[in-house]
Amino acid sequence: MANGTIAAGGGPVLDEAPIAAAAPENRGSAALHRSIFIGLAALLAVAPFVLYPVFLMKVLCFALFASAFNLLLGFGGLMSFGHAAYFGMASYVTAYVAKRWGLTPELAIVSGVVTATLLGVVFGALAIRRQGIYFAMITLALAQMVFFFSVQAPFTGGEDGIQAVPRGHLFGLINLADDKALYYLVAVIFLFGLFVIYRIIHSPFGQVMKAIRDNEPRAISLGYRVNQYKLLIFTLSTAIAGLAGATKAIVFQLASLTDVHWTMSGEVVLMTLVGGLGTVFGPMVGAAVIVAMQNYLATLGAWVLVVQGVIFVLCVLAFREGIVGLFARLLKRPL
Amino acid sequence: MTTIFGIPSAALFGQLLLGLINGSFYAILSLGLAVIFGLLNIINFAHGAQYMMGAFVSWMLLNYLGVGYWWSLLLAPLVVGALGILIERTLLARLYNFDHLYGLLLTFGLALIIQGLFRNQYGVSGLPYGIPTQLSGGQNLGFMFLPNYRGWVVVASLVVCLATWFVIEQTKLGAYLRAATENPTLVQAFGINVPLMITLTYGFGVALAAFAGVLAAPIYSVNPNMGADLIIVVFAVVVIGGMGSILGSIITGFALGLVEGLTKVFYPEASATVIFVIMVLVLLVKPAGLFGRAA
Repeated sequence: MANGTIAAGGGPVLDEAPIAAAAPENRGSAALHRSIFIGLAALLAVAPFVLYPVFLMKVLCFALFASAFNLLLGFGGLMSFGHAAYFGMASYVTAYVAKRWGLTPELAIVSGVVTATLLGVVFGALAIRRQGIYFAMITLALAQMVFFFSVQAPFTGGEDGIQAVPRGHLFGLINLADDKALYYLVAVIFLFGLFVIYRIIHSPFGQVMKAIRDNEPRAISLGYRVNQYKLLIFTLSTAIAGLAGATKAIVFQLASLTDVHWTMSGEVVLMTLVGGLGTVFGPMVGAAVIVAMQNYLATLGAWVLVVQGVIFVLCVLAFREGIVGLFARLLKRPL
Repeated sequence: MTTIFGIPSAALFGQLLLGLINGSFYAILSLGLAVIFGLLNIINFAHGAQYMMGAFVSWMLLNYLGVGYWWSLLLAPLVVGALGILIERTLLARLYNFDHLYGLLLTFGLALIIQGLFRNQYGVSGLPYGIPTQLSGGQNLGFMFLPNYRGWVVVASLVVCLATWFVIEQTKLGAYLRAATENPTLVQAFGINVPLMITLTYGFGVALAAFAGVLAAPIYSVNPNMGADLIIVVFAVVVIGGMGSILGSIITGFALGLVEGLTKVFYPEASATVIFVIMVLVLLVKPAGLFGRAA
């Protein structure tokens, strides 16, 4: 059985480069990435004057969520099929403390992130006991347990969810009821999250993680405590997924069962796949594409499901590198 | 009325029977997953959707063509299994050289498509499917009332599971299959048509799921969502049992159904999560699964 990493070379012969087996980093790439970050910040600064801020905030929340997922799969080689659990529980806790306890939004978001992190430590420690396809099934089953817990637990409000969550005043000063003000907060959170992910990937820890992804037995024989690395990257990924979910609860003033359902776990996989697995900037492009598609197709009801399924099948069969992965190949630079 | 641990015995045995029925579906579905995984190294996420299709095809056969339950029991698995073969040949076969997780993603996409299509056509409220007349009514066993159809479901599932076990573990065809699971290249070199075997195995696994769907149709209403949540529980069952052993899958499936039934009697709040909790415990104690081999 293959050792489960999605870019594993130990299984059958790979007749194309495994995911993210990009050319070695060079100085040109670092400069390119810096200019992409600056360009992105500038784009985010002017975007609300062109596009509807609530739509943009939705894109940013899911972009952060997908980036967190991609940190785990694209760079850690760990396929979690239950990331909705961390996104959704963070969303619930944030909504609850903001509404019932009257916490300010920044404290509410921190509470959500802490929740997702703790959940990530526990679930991660369980899931890394198995590899590959079992890892995916375990994370999915654990997330389904969280879903049933959310259906029954009194604090989540069951089918109704937690509605009319106050956006409140940031640090008690800035009124977030104003969409523009909230948008800039969300943009800052997103850029912060993306930068943290970028730093993780390009740190010595990130390099070891990539080694584990590409050849786990070899990493073990080199003396790395593989399970500690896996647990750490899993927890980091769930913490950032929690940050996305917590922010989403403040933006939409709502936490509901949709956020913890397995379809949400599937959506984040789809966004990452469309944008480009194992690329830093791919998941946000994928999130923008999928969220925009959902907005346009919202009137079609269950056809959205069919369209998403078709995109899944097409991406897996013919477009495994994703949009940004394609650009990375054309530019011959990791993106 | 007799009671056991303060629970009326009729209610206790009724829930145990229901648990046994759920366990039959867990057993058949996890068996199909294990057989497919053994040879294709793919976790078939569409298994739940194919179970749902089994129920729908039998509903369609009855309502559009007037074909009854007994023929459906044979025809629905054949139809859905043939669709499975088509899927394997046209889609899955393109992925064998890539990471196995792509197979999971592809079948997940297929599950979304199938569920979405049926939801558009038939809505989510569910369609009734009657119990065949030969199996209506029931037996009074003294300690409980046994509806004939429910008894039949348990017996039929057991027979199908054991027949599958027999074919795989005791026949020449099964020996080829087990050999191909261990080392497909070598088996191919001995002149056995492994690609054909892979195709037929996928078709067989899918047909098993559809068979479970036909059995389920008269018990649960025929609903586009009937397989979606079930398949996640079956994944947990597979993690608990481990996919190394055919008999292990069968035993785990039935046993977990019974445990779920008991939980419904004694602590109903936990009945939806008990299998996941057991999965957590098994992962802590025996990570390879109860019947699994350490990787």
